[in-house]
Amino acid sequence: MAQRRTVVDIAAGVSSGALSASAVLEENLAAIGSREKEIHAFNLVTAERARERAAQIDTDVKAGKNVGRLAGVTIALKDNMCTRGVETTCSSKILAGWKPPYDATVVRRLADEGAVFVGKTNLDEFAMGSSTENSAFGPTRNPLDTSRVPGGSSGGSAAAVAAGFAAASFGSDTGGSIRQPAALCGLVGVKPTYGTVSRQGLIAFGSSLDQIGPFSSTVADSALLMEVIAGHDPLDSTSIPQPAPSLLNVLDQGVKDMRIGRITDMPEGSSPDVLARLEAAFEALRGAGAQIVDVKMPSMSFGLTAYYLVAPAEASSNLARFDGVRYGLRVDAKDLNAMYGATRAAGFGDEVKRRIMLGTYALSAGYYDAYYGKALKVRRLIADDFAKAYESCDAILTPTSPTVAFKFGDKTSNPLAMYLCDVFTIPTNLAGHAAMSVPFGTGEAGLPVGVQVLAPALGEAPMFRVAAELERNA
Amino acid sequence: MPEAISRETVAKVARLARLDLTDAEIERMTSQLAGMLDHFRDVDALDLSNVEPMNQPIPLTNVLRDDVVAPSLDRDEVLASAPAAQDGRFRVPPIIGFEE
Repeated sequence: MAQRRTVVDIAAGVSSGALSASAVLEENLAAIGSREKEIHAFNLVTAERARERAAQIDTDVKAGKNVGRLAGVTIALKDNMCTRGVETTCSSKILAGWKPPYDATVVRRLADEGAVFVGKTNLDEFAMGSSTENSAFGPTRNPLDTSRVPGGSSGGSAAAVAAGFAAASFGSDTGGSIRQPAALCGLVGVKPTYGTVSRQGLIAFGSSLDQIGPFSSTVADSALLMEVIAGHDPLDSTSIPQPAPSLLNVLDQGVKDMRIGRITDMPEGSSPDVLARLEAAFEALRGAGAQIVDVKMPSMSFGLTAYYLVAPAEASSNLARFDGVRYGLRVDAKDLNAMYGATRAAGFGDEVKRRIMLGTYALSAGYYDAYYGKALKVRRLIADDFAKAYESCDAILTPTSPTVAFKFGDKTSNPLAMYLCDVFTIPTNLAGHAAMSVPFGTGEAGLPVGVQVLAPALGEAPMFRVAAELERNA
Repeated sequence: MPEAISRETVAKVARLARLDLTDAEIERMTSQLAGMLDHFRDVDALDLSNVEPMNQPIPLTNVLRDDVVAPSLDRDEVLASAPAAQDGRFRVPPIIGFEE
């Protein structure tokens, strides 16, 4: 595999004139040319647009113009983020061919800082899945072992960085969809605090859970990307009215005297290779001067139930907008209701239908209190557990995924087995907290293991301190 | 929590969700949803009587903007993506008159 350039190196090199944005892009396009057929990271590669953009940046550098903090940084975008005039499909037949009339806020902020977009990446349809096997356009393969999944739902974004197709990428994380594929592909992946990054232009799945975040090769790269995309957006009413956090300047602070939580009643089922790396991570932080403290999360194992009621409930409501009227597919029928039913039956895949059904059921008269209402109460218990835990620690470590990357088809026949992939990542989304996955050595078959760093809401700075320390010891 | 989900309930939910499912899909969905709902009974072990529901993670309420005119999306650009449009509007099949 080609040596991957970092975001920090590209931005510094291109803005100083030492490196050409066009040359960086051509390296990525060459990698795409040689391996994309096998990997299928992208739904669409926007090579010509990218070439024009990179050439413009090189011209601007020569002219002495300000080219931004991400000058020439090649970036792949999950295909559920709106890009004006460029197809945005959510890997669903129901949106195939749709060209949004606007850019997502995150896309605009990246472009304003000189990023070069190489394409739109594959995902589990509407971000529902943990393996990218549920795409209407075919699965993405893990570049480290093509017989295995890259994780999901942002599997295309993870594979694009791991294969050297782009320096960084963006995904969305509703229950682990950035962190789990990051772990399975050996990358850094960040789920920011809910409300830190604008959701405007992110096609909604679970509106109280979704956040956009970066995939990168290094912790510093993700810190820089977070500084660019985070901060208040008046176009998102759930955006926290605060500026983006400063993260690059905390990376060298170390973890001396930080208190790191170890969950003593952690859900079971992780494989021994993953648990061994988690132990090594605690040892590394202890060696760097952190104090390891025991914390309890008695409600954590109930997170899966709460999530698989709350997220489908929100999805069933959000996906009502795909009705064959304003965008995407329409299957003609004699009247409006018949057209809705026929269009949605033809446009949505199996997993999306299953979640719409589950969510509609959980919200329907007679079942609301028993399912959705109960799930919201469990959500509160999980948030309360975290609040208590964070009285005695600054961050918590868990595995990101219970196993390394699994083989295709291993979990497709049993939805519950697939859902269990997210047991460690889901509680963060329910609480609205920050979390990230950091590569920390290898497990079974030499495949990467990710350690998850959890931090309270707006705890990005301490979280990145811990992540940077893990990276130094990986 | 309530009893296992029936085939009739699944068919009704499909109608509510505006999804024309085939008989085979309803069959499969009934057994899969039943399996999931059974798994979700794990929370019956918890005492939730005095717990406040949590709808969303941050305590922002009533976020309003100033009521001033601002640039909006271009109508022609928006309608260009619609399956059918006419006279500057979305065109849809008849809304009433064909109910069974």
